[in-house]
Amino acid sequence: MAKFELRGLVKAYGKTKVIHGINLVIPDGEFVVFVGPSGCGKSTTLRMIAGLEEVSGGEIRIGDRVVNEVDPKERNLAMVFQNYAIYPHMTVRQNIAFGLYTSKLSKDEKAKKVEEAGALLGLTPLLDRRPSDLSGGQRQRVAIGRAMVRDPAGFLFDEPLSNLDAQLRAQMRIEIKDLHRRLGTTIAYVTHDQVEAMTMADRIVVMKDGHILQAAPPMEVYDNPVDVFTAQFIGTPSMNIVPATQTGGVVTLAEGAPTLLAGVRPHDLLVGSQIADPGLTLTGTVTAVEPLGPETLVHFTVAGRSIISTAPAHGTVAIGSTVTAKAPRGQVHLFDAATEKAMGRA
Amino acid sequence: MAAIDTTLSPPLPMSRIKPGRIVMWTVLFIGGLLMITPILFMFSTSLKTSSQIYDLRLIPQSPTLANYIEVLTEGQFPRWFLNSSFVAICVTASNIFFDSLVGYTLAKFRFRGRQFVFIAILSTLMIPTEMLVIPWYLMSANFGWLDSYWGIMFPGMMTAFGTFLMKQFFETVPDDFIEAARMDGLNEFTIWWKIAMPLVTPALSALAIFTFLGNWTAFFWPLISTTSKELYTLPVGLTSFAVEQAIQWEMIMTGAAIATIPTLVVFLVLQRYIVRGVMLAGLKG
Ligand SMILES: Nc1ncnc2c1ncn2[C@@H]1O[C@H](COP(=O)(O)OP(=O)(O)OP(=O)(O)O)[C@@H](O)[C@H]1O
Ligand SMILES: [Mg+2]
Repeated sequence: MAKFELRGLVKAYGKTKVIHGINLVIPDGEFVVFVGPSGCGKSTTLRMIAGLEEVSGGEIRIGDRVVNEVDPKERNLAMVFQNYAIYPHMTVRQNIAFGLYTSKLSKDEKAKKVEEAGALLGLTPLLDRRPSDLSGGQRQRVAIGRAMVRDPAGFLFDEPLSNLDAQLRAQMRIEIKDLHRRLGTTIAYVTHDQVEAMTMADRIVVMKDGHILQAAPPMEVYDNPVDVFTAQFIGTPSMNIVPATQTGGVVTLAEGAPTLLAGVRPHDLLVGSQIADPGLTLTGTVTAVEPLGPETLVHFTVAGRSIISTAPAHGTVAIGSTVTAKAPRGQVHLFDAATEKAMGRA
Repeated sequence: MAAIDTTLSPPLPMSRIKPGRIVMWTVLFIGGLLMITPILFMFSTSLKTSSQIYDLRLIPQSPTLANYIEVLTEGQFPRWFLNSSFVAICVTASNIFFDSLVGYTLAKFRFRGRQFVFIAILSTLMIPTEMLVIPWYLMSANFGWLDSYWGIMFPGMMTAFGTFLMKQFFETVPDDFIEAARMDGLNEFTIWWKIAMPLVTPALSALAIFTFLGNWTAFFWPLISTTSKELYTLPVGLTSFAVEQAIQWEMIMTGAAIATIPTLVVFLVLQRYIVRGVMLAGLKG
């Protein structure tokens, strides 16, 4: 059990900086998810915490110890990789036992721990199989088992679910979350899937280009994104952004060079809404209609921009027709057009 | 039910055998025949008496094991057999260890001068053995290695080819495996031995086979570096049947027949790997 702390953490490959001095405290027992687009430095950050990558500047602390120069094995962290990294020439049992390689426990105690971890992860009937005879989800469970037996101070996950199909991913999300609840160990988890971030995290860390944009609980990031990027990255479908002006509390679509950007989530932008006093009203030509079951997504264009809105399930919106969609007051996010930073809501 | 079964899987009609196949089989058959004939004659001659050897019948008229008994009991043949085994096994073990250790380092570690070392090793592949024999000889003479096991073995203890082969294979081992092991607390040597090596066993078997066969049949360098008969390897020893008085073909063939047994065993045991290894290494057997 330990808290992690990053202080002004920098990573450079030669002259190119890829992590630009990030600061973050992960309290003991927290489940933190790093999200961001490909190449933003999530893996690099995690690998520096693991000790697999050298730190170019700043400090990493685990507990109260600065670990910049400490070997991976001395940090007592366990890592689960995207490609599972379970050894094909060993059985499941041997793979899990490998997590105890340096442990000073007796043979019997080790065997017992392996059995326990196997049982916890539902691997008991598979313990004597080889990885080649396992499904992707089972392999990933073996990798988690190997990480678990050590009782590490923290778990590091680097996109552990991205090789699994959608259904299995949904199931493993719940399993990992459940595991965290039971073990209470600090977890740093990297993904580029915002659904994983939303559903699993105690706190989401949104990264872009080697910077942390926002570190906050999922609903906080969803409700109050700090900038346009975060607003569009978290939540599906993405938040709609249009140029806007604000006069006396009312936001309207702007032409030319606006000073404001208005953002509204598709779920807040309702086609055929009867709201008397909307925060934003958009009218455009329908380009696509996607019935999802409980609701229907209506795509339309406004001033050359593609907008996604929501209509009731059994609506009769036709492609090519003109629709008007309204968002209630309080659900319109405002951003500075120049800096793209959040400026509150209207 | 039986009727349904036959309609579902009819026997392969003759018309399905393509003409191209027949040509291929014929060529392969002739090729196989050409290759196996000398071997059959070797066994055949080894069963003949010296007066019968120019009688070129494949089946000896009165086959005898006398040659085998003579080769194995008189003279130093058993000793040469052991010498060859010792040399080939030591050199193979050494190559398995050192080639893969260096290959792994070159494949998986980033250090200054890595590329230079790799190219230096590769470039030695271009130097023919004949050119190296004189420096080897002078070196052995200076170090007092002539006429010793070490003298026979040292040039082959590590090879550029083996190092290159192993490097290529270690590059296919995902870094995740190595990093996972690092997180689990293994030291670098143990990671290599316990994790990386088992993952490249096909390459190791190929290397073992090539090295063993190469050293088992090596003739030129063992001939030059040894003078005492006790240190002869099999190929060198066999030639001594030819130099004394007349050429004793039946003895040479008997010795050669015995000498092929280990290669046959190696081949039969590791056949699977040889084929795979040859394909992987992009070599012709
Ligand atoms: N060995 C390296 N040498 C130079 N640049 C590197 C190296 N490894 C990573 N980078 C760069 O560092 C940046 C961050 O890479 P990183 O792997 O951390 O991204 P990521 O956020 O994990 O992306 P992904 O979602 O694709 O895994 C990238 O721009 C990448 O090109
Ligand atoms: Mg990554």
